[in-house]
Amino acid sequence: MSQQQIHGVAAAFNSPEALLHAAKEVRKQGFSKVEAYTPFPIHGIDDVLGIPPSRLGYFVIVGGLTGTTLALLLQWWTGAGDPNSIPAWTALVPYPLVIGGKPLFAFEPSIPITFELTVLLSAFTTVFGMIGLNKLPRFYHPVFNFKNSPRITDDQFVLVIENTDPKFDAHEATRLFQNLHADAVEMIEE
Amino acid sequence: MSLVQIETKALTGRKYWRSLNELSGTPAFREWMVNEFPGGAELLDGASRRNVLKLMAASFGLAGLAACRRPEGKIVPLSRGVEDLIPGKSYYYNTVFTQGGSAVGLTVEAHDGRPTKIEGNRNHPQSLGASNGYAQASVLNIYDPDRSAEVLKGGQVSSWAEWDQFASQKFTAGSLGRGAGLRIVSESVVSPSLSEVRKSLLAKYPEAKWVEYEPFSNENAIAGTRLVFGQPLQAHYHYDKADVVLSLDADFLGIDSGSPLSTKKFSKKRRSAKPEDEINRLYVVESQFSVTGAMADHRIRSKASDIDSFASALARELGILSELNVLGSADKVQKILMALVRDLKKNAGKSVVIAGPRQSARVHALALMINQALGNIGTTVTFTQPLASPEAKAFADLVGELNAGSVDTLVVLGSNPVFTAPVSLKFSDALKRAKTVVHLGAEKDETAVLSSWHLPLASYLESWGDARSVDGTVSIQQPLILPLNNGRSALELTAQIAGYKDQKGYEIVRNYWTSQWPAAEQEARFRKALHDGVLAGTAFAEVKVSADPKRVALPAATAKSTQVEVVFVPSWSVYDGRYTNNAWLQEAPDPMTKLVWDNAALISKATADKLKVVDGQILKITVGGQSLEIAAMVQPGQADDSITIAAGFGRKQIGRVGQGTGFNAFEIRVSGDAIQFASDVSNTGKTYQLVTTQEFHSMTEPKLMDAIEPKTRPIVREATVEEYRHHPDFAPHMVHAPDDSIYGWFDYSEGNQWGMTIDLNSCIGCNACIIACQSENNVPVIGKEEVSYGRSMHWIRLDRYYTGDAEDPQAVIQPLSCQQCEAAPCESVCPVAATTHTPEGLNDMTYNRCVGTRYCANNCPYKVRRFNFLNYHKEMVDIEKMVSNPNVSVRMRGVMEKCTYCVQRIQEAKIKAKVEGRRGELLKDGDITTACQQVCAADAIVFGNINDPESRVSQEKKQPRNYALLAEVNTRPRTTYLAKLRNPNPELVEHHG
Amino acid sequence: MADFALNPEMVDKVTPRLVKGNSTYKSVTDDVSRIVETKTPREWWIAFSLSVAVALMMVGMLAYLVAFGIGTWGNNSPVGWAWDITNFVWWIGIGHAGTLISAILFLFRQKWRTSINRAAEAMTLFAVAAAAQYPLFHTGRPWRAIYWLFPVPNTDLNMWQNYRSPLEWDVFAVSTYGTVSLLFWYVGLIPDLATLRDRASGVRAYIYGIFSLGWRGAARHWRHYEMAYMILAGLSTPLVLSVHTIVSFDFAVSILPGWHTTIFPPYFVAGAIFSGFAMVITLMTVARWALKLEHLITIKHLENMCKVILATGMIVGYAYGTEFFIAWYSGNPYELFTFVNRAFGPYWWAYWSMISCNVLVPQIFWFKKCRTSVPIMFIASIFINIGMWFERFVIIATSLHRDYLPGSWGYFKPTMVDICTFIGTMGLFMTLFLLFIRFLPVIAISEVKGVLAQEDQVAKHGHGAHH
Repeated sequence: MSQQQIHGVAAAFNSPEALLHAAKEVRKQGFSKVEAYTPFPIHGIDDVLGIPPSRLGYFVIVGGLTGTTLALLLQWWTGAGDPNSIPAWTALVPYPLVIGGKPLFAFEPSIPITFELTVLLSAFTTVFGMIGLNKLPRFYHPVFNFKNSPRITDDQFVLVIENTDPKFDAHEATRLFQNLHADAVEMIEE
Repeated sequence: MSLVQIETKALTGRKYWRSLNELSGTPAFREWMVNEFPGGAELLDGASRRNVLKLMAASFGLAGLAACRRPEGKIVPLSRGVEDLIPGKSYYYNTVFTQGGSAVGLTVEAHDGRPTKIEGNRNHPQSLGASNGYAQASVLNIYDPDRSAEVLKGGQVSSWAEWDQFASQKFTAGSLGRGAGLRIVSESVVSPSLSEVRKSLLAKYPEAKWVEYEPFSNENAIAGTRLVFGQPLQAHYHYDKADVVLSLDADFLGIDSGSPLSTKKFSKKRRSAKPEDEINRLYVVESQFSVTGAMADHRIRSKASDIDSFASALARELGILSELNVLGSADKVQKILMALVRDLKKNAGKSVVIAGPRQSARVHALALMINQALGNIGTTVTFTQPLASPEAKAFADLVGELNAGSVDTLVVLGSNPVFTAPVSLKFSDALKRAKTVVHLGAEKDETAVLSSWHLPLASYLESWGDARSVDGTVSIQQPLILPLNNGRSALELTAQIAGYKDQKGYEIVRNYWTSQWPAAEQEARFRKALHDGVLAGTAFAEVKVSADPKRVALPAATAKSTQVEVVFVPSWSVYDGRYTNNAWLQEAPDPMTKLVWDNAALISKATADKLKVVDGQILKITVGGQSLEIAAMVQPGQADDSITIAAGFGRKQIGRVGQGTGFNAFEIRVSGDAIQFASDVSNTGKTYQLVTTQEFHSMTEPKLMDAIEPKTRPIVREATVEEYRHHPDFAPHMVHAPDDSIYGWFDYSEGNQWGMTIDLNSCIGCNACIIACQSENNVPVIGKEEVSYGRSMHWIRLDRYYTGDAEDPQAVIQPLSCQQCEAAPCESVCPVAATTHTPEGLNDMTYNRCVGTRYCANNCPYKVRRFNFLNYHKEMVDIEKMVSNPNVSVRMRGVMEKCTYCVQRIQEAKIKAKVEGRRGELLKDGDITTACQQVCAADAIVFGNINDPESRVSQEKKQPRNYALLAEVNTRPRTTYLAKLRNPNPELVEHHG
Repeated sequence: MADFALNPEMVDKVTPRLVKGNSTYKSVTDDVSRIVETKTPREWWIAFSLSVAVALMMVGMLAYLVAFGIGTWGNNSPVGWAWDITNFVWWIGIGHAGTLISAILFLFRQKWRTSINRAAEAMTLFAVAAAAQYPLFHTGRPWRAIYWLFPVPNTDLNMWQNYRSPLEWDVFAVSTYGTVSLLFWYVGLIPDLATLRDRASGVRAYIYGIFSLGWRGAARHWRHYEMAYMILAGLSTPLVLSVHTIVSFDFAVSILPGWHTTIFPPYFVAGAIFSGFAMVITLMTVARWALKLEHLITIKHLENMCKVILATGMIVGYAYGTEFFIAWYSGNPYELFTFVNRAFGPYWWAYWSMISCNVLVPQIFWFKKCRTSVPIMFIASIFINIGMWFERFVIIATSLHRDYLPGSWGYFKPTMVDICTFIGTMGLFMTLFLLFIRFLPVIAISEVKGVLAQEDQVAKHGHGAHH
């Protein structure tokens, strides 16, 4: 098999500790394109593999503020806007009405809805942001070719050195993993 | 509710549900329908759809015809109308309404040929623009699908043609000879043209007899005048000139007055514009708690049969009677009596003493003698000749003749004697002795089924006639629509029997009057009569009389009885049974008991304890061998050992509405007397569901509150005249109204701003406004069961509260409709903005926007919003729909509704003003009157523009008594109340803490 | 010393382990997956068909309601709201425990939540679904409500909503709450769906595959995933508090004595958590036994929940007391009357049922014996749910039936339709819950493994110290 077809070398370990230990070793060897696949998040793996913290938070702030603005616009415009300022076909013509002798728009009664819409849009951005940043859904991935991959979601902790790594050498990688007492080592195809 | 209700579809036109299996197709119900209401049975058949369509088609036909019907002939009957008829525009015709011998002039509103709304004729001396509940509701009767629609011969459907043929051989071929065998029974005849026709009838049949019969008549009153003045007279009481009024069992503000006039006059003297004003003082001695009693400053609850001795005692104290003081009652009564005597003496010539129709001729005589002694005769009490007055004896004689078999033909005109006649006479048996019985009636009633001929009667809105009111004033009764059921009037039938020269009602009436006038004026005068609704100069002249009380020969006083008495009164809702099929009246709560769809035996708490009976348990009352089982109801203020029963309920031959409502008081009304004595009263232990719209709540917090701190809610605010003078703004000062807003109030200083005041001091709680509102605003009727769930739909309700002693309380009544709050709590909670405010300060409902969350009703502190829990309107038959006001949309289920200050009238008035070129000007008083304001005899309700400082409403609101209900909740209502005043005798004040 | 650390029994004495027995990652996976993989047991079918039948009754009742109107319920004037809103508030309240467990306990790093949060969140969703029936149908014309309660641009009346109305706030609060809870729940499910995918074959694998979005547990994914989960928790926490606060505004913002009070938001939230946890216990005690998960949903979990119930129960009881005190202290006669009327008026029985169920019953949880006895806590939880239903009924119906003007006072009686509709919503709830335990992992597998890993370390640590 030629280098191009190979995605990388995968090794399965039986405990988070073993995975962490292996990851450290791999990084020591100077490998940079390394990914870990685990049944649950392993704390500390990010530092070992040099993964930067998530940028999701910034998206959410934007999403939330959009919600806030929309809510306030909705409540102000529909209740206190100028009916003649917009054509009827838009079906967005405001309808100012005196209700209970209260002002057409006031901040106080607008708080609950503003809050709710803020939360709603934040939540949407959070979930879809996460899915997007993870480039999901992706139903095929080379790691699934690894015979142990079904146990990734069960009880095994997999480390993959990808062939995009400048120092990548399938045989060296395999040996390295074997020295680390990996439960199984395999070259996985693209 | 239960699933059986799904069956309602099968029953179109069933609007008033009383029980669920009635709505279902259970065999029991089918059987009942077939037995009780053959007409309706077919609606239940499997192939009901086809029948239903037939019925609807018929109704549409009627509607179509009705729409193009108009009184023929070239008449200009329009009172406030215009030259040509414009579809959709309402027209007003003047006519006259007669009941129990008293006539009231009306102005009736018609839409596209359909009479829809009754209003008082302001030109008519007995109305002065007001009217009563009966008149208001009478319009519903003509659209009653159960009204008699065909001629019946021996119970079989026949036709007018057949009748005319029969009549021609019977009455014209002279087979009756001199009429020895001809007897005619009618209600009291107050129609001049009918008297004329009667004259000619009696001329043709000299030996025939014409008997007038009324179950509730003024016979005793007239007998009283005969005793005192030696001649029958009609007394007129001028409460507007009286500072002190004593009522001896006379509910002259309520059921005992045939017209709104006495209320009009009384309230004139009751009204107070400023603290210095004097108002009249009312003493009432009565057995049942009447609305008059509720107005009283001093009320003595006494057995009706003991009032004789009270009157005697009073007469004795005034030096009229020499007989001993037979008043052996509590010293409280004694004390009031003495104070009353002094009060009457002080106000000699400025007082009125009136006895009620239930009291004996002797009591009436005593009352007249007292008036005489006080110099009231000629000032506050005047007399005219009486209208023909029915006499119980004449009717008894007739029964004698029937039993003797000497009556060949009996004609019953428009009354139902089989139901209302005293049981001891066994009229229904006697009736069978006559060869031919002809019954002219609006319903297939108890008399109809026993008659050989039943002829449908045309209502007063469908036929020509005329009527004299008690003061003699004549009004022409002009129809607004052709007889919907091809009925004929009593006038026309009599003319037919008499072979009178004119046969058509219109000709009879017109010719009768015009013939008395110079030919030249005839046309003009008749037109004017129609236009004004009264014939000028027809009032009776006053009869000046006077008697020496000392010389009057009185019958001996009836000895006091220790037996339990039973007092029969006409019902507030169904009168003597003629309105039993009228749903508006059935559902209007009794002013005092708040009972709907039923009557009950009203008893005092003490009597109830003695009989070991509680509300809703069935009593067996035996009078003169006859007994009646009737549900008992404890009524505060009821005299002990006295049972009051409203008559007119418990009819057997009746349409769907009246079926199974209440108990028939006439079953134990042995003689014609309104007061009878029960030989036995016992609790059967059986129970019956009585439904009231209000419990016996008082404004004082329940006992359990007293433990913490006793409080009386400042709802109906009341003070004595004295207190009012010392502290004029007592009412607004009873609470602290915050009246502020974190945003600042909306600006209502521009344009028309609608507002209302309700004077609690004038309101007598007569229910007329409830029915006027119902009629004007298409308020649905929901039936006894729905009311029992607490879903009453009336837009205006009368809250009744008791104050003081539980056994012998005072009562106050407060009309409550939407208060049109400026800071309306209902508006801010509606999620879809279905209720909002207009720039004119109205709290509007957008019916087609309402989704029905009911949040607004919950948040309304006055609880005046009404929710269509079911599709009440959908249950109407089309003929019934003809009564609806086309200017007010009917609400479907799931929609909230409420009082709108008659917004449709406001809009109409604004358009009118625009047309008259008053665009932009403020509307003035008189441009708009709301339905409730218009009907109110006491003029308690004032509506108008509060931005116009001259308007009456602005003036009223300036009064120191003016207060906003629940102002402490900061709702800023546009409707405000004028506090109630009592004017107790200073000598007796300590009695009323 | 060291052996002591080795001995699991001994360890539990000090800090009870949240995963009992000698569970391994594999055993956890197996134990949870087994439930959905084994053949559907007969018991499930019985329970399911029963629930469906009851749910169908609800559908029938609602159809009947829509056909004839609110008159088929007992509501009247003055009692415009009765069982409808009572049940709405009750169901929404129950939902709160789910979010609380999954969000707030997560932020507080309460590891014990992991075994119960999945089921609790599911309960939230289904409770909201049941609750949603009422605001929709209590209008009698839901087709109107759906269309007009949301700001849909329209040309029929060109009207908009009234954003001053607490009911309109409810529309936003409840729909947001439902949506966010669903998202939160789904995000938590993704890794476990992947687990099921990898164990399943054929069409099941395909379906689980679709819903797990091809999750592969890469470290770079876990990074975003954990961030997302934390943010959602952070959002849900104020959200769950806001929802019952806003529900309580329906009453607090009105002007009715007994409704118009500032105490409601905290009082309602506490009550919601109270009833919610009671419902979790009701369900979990049954589920852990039926699904043989005693070693994953341990007594410690149940005991912790009992403690929460005790605490919130105390808060609720305190609120009842405060209400009365303020009613008297305010000197407002209407307010005072309303409360006296609650306790001694025609609805006294409702009030005292509420007090005994909500204030007295939870007191038993002062005793460890009761906190750790499954039968006792099960029965107690039932009582608490009854009590909380009465609380809402007392607040709504008894305040309405006698307010300012005695002339308008009335009395409410439920109809069969009221009762059957309410029972029906329980059927809906149970149907959904049974479907959930049948087809989805009732326990957050990946989270439990995380906890397991840590507890192993604790054990190992002790072991290591021996060296």
